[in-house]
Amino acid sequence: MTPPNLIHRRAVSAALACLLLSACSKKTEPSAATTSASSASAAVEAAKPAGPLKIAFAYVGPVGDAGWTFAHDRGRKEVEAEFGSKVTTAFVENVPESADAERVMRDLVDQGNTLIFGTTFGYMEPMLKVATEAKSVRFEHATGYKTGANLRTYDARTYEGAYMAGVIAGGVTKSNKLGVVGSIPIPEVIRNIDSFTLGARSVNPKITTHVVWVNKWFDPPKEGEAAQALLNQGADVLMQNTDSSAVLQTAEKAGKFGFGWDSNMSKFGPKAHLGSAIINWGPYYKQAVKEALDGSWKTGKTWWGVKEGAIDLVGLSDQVSAEAKAKIEQIKAGLKDGSFSIWKGPIVDQSGKEVLKAGETADDKFLSGINFYIKGVEGKIPTSG
Amino acid sequence: MNLNELALLFAASINSGTPIALAALGLLINERSGVLNLGAEGLMLVAAVTGFATAVHTHSDFLALLAGVAAGAVLALFFALLVIYLNTNQYATGLALSLFGAGFSAFVGVPYASESLGERTQFTLPGLSKLPVLGPALFSFHPLVYLTVLLSLAFSWFLFRARSGLVLRAIGESPESAHALGYPVRRIRVSAVMAGGALCGLAGAYVSVVYTPLWIEGMIAGKGWIALALTAFATWRPARVLLGAYLFGGVTMLQLHLQGQGVNLPIQLLTALPYLATILVLVLISRNSAWIRSNMPAALGKPFHPGA
Repeated sequence: MTPPNLIHRRAVSAALACLLLSACSKKTEPSAATTSASSASAAVEAAKPAGPLKIAFAYVGPVGDAGWTFAHDRGRKEVEAEFGSKVTTAFVENVPESADAERVMRDLVDQGNTLIFGTTFGYMEPMLKVATEAKSVRFEHATGYKTGANLRTYDARTYEGAYMAGVIAGGVTKSNKLGVVGSIPIPEVIRNIDSFTLGARSVNPKITTHVVWVNKWFDPPKEGEAAQALLNQGADVLMQNTDSSAVLQTAEKAGKFGFGWDSNMSKFGPKAHLGSAIINWGPYYKQAVKEALDGSWKTGKTWWGVKEGAIDLVGLSDQVSAEAKAKIEQIKAGLKDGSFSIWKGPIVDQSGKEVLKAGETADDKFLSGINFYIKGVEGKIPTSG
Repeated sequence: MNLNELALLFAASINSGTPIALAALGLLINERSGVLNLGAEGLMLVAAVTGFATAVHTHSDFLALLAGVAAGAVLALFFALLVIYLNTNQYATGLALSLFGAGFSAFVGVPYASESLGERTQFTLPGLSKLPVLGPALFSFHPLVYLTVLLSLAFSWFLFRARSGLVLRAIGESPESAHALGYPVRRIRVSAVMAGGALCGLAGAYVSVVYTPLWIEGMIAGKGWIALALTAFATWRPARVLLGAYLFGGVTMLQLHLQGQGVNLPIQLLTALPYLATILVLVLISRNSAWIRSNMPAALGKPFHPGA
């Protein structure tokens, strides 16, 4: 090598290193009013912070997924709108469900955040670990089941949205075959598949549900392929438990039907969209921030649904009959006043065994541990990774 | 599985394998000239977001695909100048390009994440696609699918029957000899890299505009890396690249189909099946080491210095 070449090469390597750094994605969004008085130390008094409350969100996917993470970010924005200068919020996207999450949690603590939301199941162990070390910081873990003195869990009864979607699907299907694109085989997802089937069977006892697993929460091309495989087998209404709009889009391309999940996805499949089972995280987030601000925050488990305004089925299209729409309103009213229960016996599993006796209503413990398919769902539950 | 389902499965396999085939064919030209472009994934991502953004603004699929091609070619040109004229390490530069593409596309794509492209046209060949089983299986594809097959044939002819293809292969085998014979080695390599980048760009735009018409960061989900591996396993021959890509797409759709049927195999195994099957088949058909030696560009990945 002649020296000039070498100098060139070093300059280029330095430029490339700078480019590499630009590939990291981390954003902060201070609220409109002020950030001046915020304290930078993590050892902030939980009861009365000096300056605005610093809140941080860790997202497993991008805000632009138009699904799960988008719904959480909607909730975050509602908090900003409600509390204005009393809070500052920040978020980190695409935090993987791995050891990396621990690093991000510690980072958020070091930045002075005293209320941290982890929005996916896989953050459970990292949050638990960091929570035991940062005892003055409040941690909120979505869809988890382990709590601590300063770590509590919250979840949404997505199965209620799945049930209502099932009621509509059962009425719309012509082939009596429904398809579900499943993400990861954990109880929450299996419960959703079962609830979807229960809803469909309540209006059409002949339907069967077929499931294809993509083993990821978010992988649009894979979700599209799974949807295509289900359509190829004769399913004409699709449901999903994954985070993007690819399934709905695939249904639209094929002239079949689908639902939006987590957020309103009607614009991704105008003809195919029957409704979207959405999650409103706003009510819970506002409640949590209120408790943090007035000092009444304490650990526990929260599981909100239609009753508390956390779950809804929106965007019902014209393809849905008037009587189906009326039935949905009935179900929502019943869930709100407690007169209606989705998981009420008799309910039979795939093998014919009765898992809920006639008149028996499932409690939260039963619901959290559902690891079986009910009658009507085809196939076997894969062992989760 | 009845015949109609089989036809649909076949069609879905071809559709699934097309972006990988396109990218791998581009990389094949790249690598036949002796340059290894590990930045395929980044190229595809940037092209995907460019294509999608163009489709949103112009409502024209054709312009969107063209924009993807252009984006791929421009980025590849940048890579080529670094690697061929400045002689930076091809592996490191490729990886950097890959990372850059991922971050850049995510950054540029933020305003497009919730956009949708409206109604998509169903492409059919008049008359032919109405045939009972062969119609959906062979004649209902997007034009790009047919183009991919034509490209593969064209590349086969170009590499092994055309004089310019021979020159390209010679540059990949021994750039010093080609240089001694008077061929402009570096210029030809730049053209090859740009052509390869253009095809990777086309593949990326195809994914975001035709296959899954939306933009989400990271949506290429590793297809660029699969294409890189495919090119090597297919011993740099266009027909085998095509076969490998369709096989990969086929087993992917098959395992999803099997799941839907209720077949009880661990899903981790089913997810790994496309990779295993493709590697196995390609290794078996290319196991003759003389074959590998005669097809692998000997100067792949090595920098070339004229007059050094």
